[in-house]
Amino acid sequence: MISIILFALLLVGGIGFFSFNVLKVRNNILLGRSTERSDNSSERWKTMLLVAFGQQKMFSRPLPALLHLAIYAAFVITQIELIEIFIDGITGSHRIFHEALGGFYTFVISFIEILSLLALFATVAFLARRNMLKLPRLNMKELAGWPKQDANLILIMEIILVSCIFTMNGADEAWLNLAENGSKSYGFSISSLIGPAIFGGMEAHSLHLLEQIGWWGHIIMVFAFLNYLPYSKHFHILLAFPNTYYSNLEPKGKFTNMESVTNEVKLMLDPTADPFAAPADGVVEQMRFGAKDVTDLTWKNLLDAYTCTECGRCTSSCPANITGKKLSPRKIMMDTRDRLTEVGDNIRKQGKDYSDGKSLLGDYITEEEIWACTSCNACVQECPVNIDPLSIIVDLRRYLVMEESKMPTELTGMLTNIENNGAPWQFSSNDRLNWANED
Amino acid sequence: MSMQVPTMAEMMAKGETPDVLFWVGCAGSFDDRAKKITKAVVKILNHCNVSFAVLGTEESCTGDPAKRAGNEFTFQMQAMMNIQVLNGYEVKKIVTACPHCFNTLKNEYPELGGEYEVIHHTQLIQDLINTGKLALKDGGVFKGKKITFHDPCYLGRANNVFDAPRELIEKLDAELVEMKRCKTKGLCCGAGGAQMFKEAEKGDKEVNIERTEDALETKASIIATGCPFCNTMMTDGIKNFEKESEIKVLDVAELIANAAEL
Repeated sequence: MISIILFALLLVGGIGFFSFNVLKVRNNILLGRSTERSDNSSERWKTMLLVAFGQQKMFSRPLPALLHLAIYAAFVITQIELIEIFIDGITGSHRIFHEALGGFYTFVISFIEILSLLALFATVAFLARRNMLKLPRLNMKELAGWPKQDANLILIMEIILVSCIFTMNGADEAWLNLAENGSKSYGFSISSLIGPAIFGGMEAHSLHLLEQIGWWGHIIMVFAFLNYLPYSKHFHILLAFPNTYYSNLEPKGKFTNMESVTNEVKLMLDPTADPFAAPADGVVEQMRFGAKDVTDLTWKNLLDAYTCTECGRCTSSCPANITGKKLSPRKIMMDTRDRLTEVGDNIRKQGKDYSDGKSLLGDYITEEEIWACTSCNACVQECPVNIDPLSIIVDLRRYLVMEESKMPTELTGMLTNIENNGAPWQFSSNDRLNWANED
Repeated sequence: MSMQVPTMAEMMAKGETPDVLFWVGCAGSFDDRAKKITKAVVKILNHCNVSFAVLGTEESCTGDPAKRAGNEFTFQMQAMMNIQVLNGYEVKKIVTACPHCFNTLKNEYPELGGEYEVIHHTQLIQDLINTGKLALKDGGVFKGKKITFHDPCYLGRANNVFDAPRELIEKLDAELVEMKRCKTKGLCCGAGGAQMFKEAEKGDKEVNIERTEDALETKASIIATGCPFCNTMMTDGIKNFEKESEIKVLDVAELIANAAEL
């Protein structure tokens, strides 16, 4: 009875606190500007199924993709076992599906065990890759400190989680294997071998205790893990799904059209327009051109930021980063998320209009970074969960150029040329067809 | 044979409408190297009797570098002026040899009132060959040569045109060798996003040098591309390695025009 109450408390507390944090993240994301991403739902479902569920883009790098797939598959399939654990926890039963499902139960648990073992192997490989092989993409400057700890912590939690599963199943197997229980076995693929081998000499009472430690350890880790997600880059395991659903379905080369500018340009080009006339429909909301802070970005940019798991495929394919410039698309995403968390906390504590005098551009991302971008879309292409760092970079440039007239001096010249003579260089538009008469 | 380059204004005066507008672009109009690409395209169009015209002095920058640099005002001013001209001539189809113009006209003009069918010159040439309007002689000048293709970002990743230029190279009886980073994984030449018009930020290396190294690794004697800016960047890269006597940087249109002996 006590264990049922404990379990119920864990369940309510774990899900409650998780929901509280998810709502916080949701509110933060909704601080962003609007953008239309609800059209074409069939194409969106397809994208989500292929890219998030099917891991399509991971496979451009096959080895890490396979290791990742092992962990992903184990995670997804283990949810089945979690259903039983929940029911056992609430009702006080033990392996409630065992009798009812019979051979199928053995098959499912065996399958989970095989995937878990593969996941364990992958997790160790990932730890080694980060900490021993020191893969450059996973050891860059922007990962120093917390991001690196975050990554290791997740991997260690996964090892504990899997160890708990094997402790639980192994102790059960060893218990059933005792002579007093008829030397039987559940027939689970891995724990029927390692359980009796490791725990074989123990008494029934100890085995029972060990099984309980595994069971409770596992479920506590599940809730700990769940509640860790909103604080961690690992949130991608959930956000990858909405993020790919709301993917940009337009060609990558198409930058957004700024309608606020369209209205002004139309006025400028219309000779009959009265520049001092009041706006037609009363007060028009004055929006900043481009983005200075996270609240100037779209909610999709902000969802992107929370979805990023800092794998660095973007940065390792970025021509600016490859050639030693300061720009790192991953850092753009991390900075956006960190600043958004800060802004969200400020608003909750100090009210909607509070300003801490800081901004994404300047305090987090420098001008040097955003001017190094060639807009080549390699980062967008590479992201396994369809994050778009480029659109943030472009919006930051828009703010600098249109609100502050700040840009590299050569660009001022280029823009003047376009305005004066319709070409980025100083050539007269009258000479545009000269090539046709030259040899 | 001298080139025939009718302008839209001339066509209109004669009461004619061309099938396609050839959008030359700023590089194609003013840059000495890119002008050669423009002429190669015209030679192909002339040879195949394609009914086309250019805007000539009525053409103006699409606004691409302004938009990438963050100046939406300048971009939209350019776009709306160009759209006025294009719609005035009732243009339906546009071909261009510049992937930046291609992308902007195709993707960013529709929302401002300019809706056209826009194709890259490699797509038009592919169509001319496939429909038998353009024939390449067997064993042309490029037979057996190693050619590598550098994907322009705004043609490839940005608009998913990867096959047209490659199929054209294969038509040359040449050996198409891919760089380790190609197609969706192609490395930028370093010119996009208005970088062409400014100094690069401080780093260890120029992007075009990194990309030229990819090309040199293939041991190709020709680096083909489909963008006047990539052409400049790769040509500079080859000069940097002092390989200009062994390795040529050519546009796919130039390869085809040469192979067809135009």
